[in-house]
Parts: sequence; C-alpha cells; structure tokens
Amino acid sequence: MSMKLIELEALVKKAIPNSEIEIKDLAGDDNHFSIIVKSDVFRGKTRIEQHQIVYNALEEKMGNKLHALQVKTIST
Amino acid sequence: MDENINDWISKKITSNDVVLFMKGTPETPQCGFSSQVVQILNYLGIEFSSVNVLEDESIRNGIKEYTNWPTIPQLYVKNEFIGGADIVREMFEENELIEFLKGKGIATN
Repeated sequence: MSMKLIELEALVKKAIPNSEIEIKDLAGDDNHFSIIVKSDVFRGKTRIEQHQIVYNALEEKMGNKLHALQVKTIST
Repeated sequence: MDENINDWISKKITSNDVVLFMKGTPETPQCGFSSQVVQILNYLGIEFSSVNVLEDESIRNGIKEYTNWPTIPQLYVKNEFIGGADIVREMFEENELIEFLKGKGIATN
C-alpha cells in the first residue's frame, strides 16, 4: 500500500484545480503524508465538509492505497 | 455482527455522550492518530466510550459509510460526528474543543 507524492498532488489538483497544495512525506515510505490545501472552494464550509472535499479527491484511495494522511484545509 | 450495523452504530452513539471509534483501546491504541485523540480526551478529562474497530471488520467499514468519512478514528459527541484526528487536534489547539464540549453539556476538567 503506498502512493507517490506526485500522484497524490495530481489527484487533489485534478479535483480542486483552483488550489495551492503543500505536501510533506512524513515517514519517507510513500504512505504517511501531510497535506495543506488552500482554496476558495472551502469558503463557507465546515471543517468536516472541507476535509471531505479533499478525501473525495482521492477517489477511494484514502485508507486503501494510502494509509495515513494528515489534512489541513485553508479557506481563501 | 448479525444486527444491522447502522442500527448498532446509531444505538452506540445515541446511548453514549462521547464515543470514539478507534484502532485499539484507550489503554493500548494501535495507531498514532487514534492515540492522539485519546490523549486529547484524557487531557481534557472527558469520559468517553470507545469502540475498537479492529475487533470487527463490519464496524470498521460500517462506520466509514455511516458518516461518509474514510478514516479512523472518528469522534462523536451527543450523536453528532465531530471529526477525525486532524479536526479534533485542530479544534483542541484553537481552544474550540473545550468550548464545544461545554456547550454540549459535557463535563470537562
């Protein structure tokens, strides 16, 4: 189970085109990442809704191909 | 788990004020994110009921569908999904969690 950083970035960029994305590989194993996503798509949404937008971008890979993802969303 | 999983989950989160679906137990968490939430709840002196999703695959998958949230842990307060480790930690760091819990009538330290 693992995912390349650029694959993760591409998935999020595809789903949230108007966004700034910052990803860190936390463990160097392509399996533990942190991601900060800045976008106006989050405006007016609860944290849960914002994070669901990011999870939905990952198309079922979260918890399957990708083990651990620390998510921070910033509404612009 | 023969009982309908959604009914079981619903009963669990309505009959307990604070419920944490986690990997492992509060005494021996099996995942860093689950452990983080347990530490925050303990630090705030919150009494909570925990469910070890590793003990039953149907709960582990059922809870993800129940809230359309793909990860564990999941925290519920008064039958409401609050979030996973990221959101609970963010609320805690911004002093929102304690206010939220008090607002829901949950006893804290």
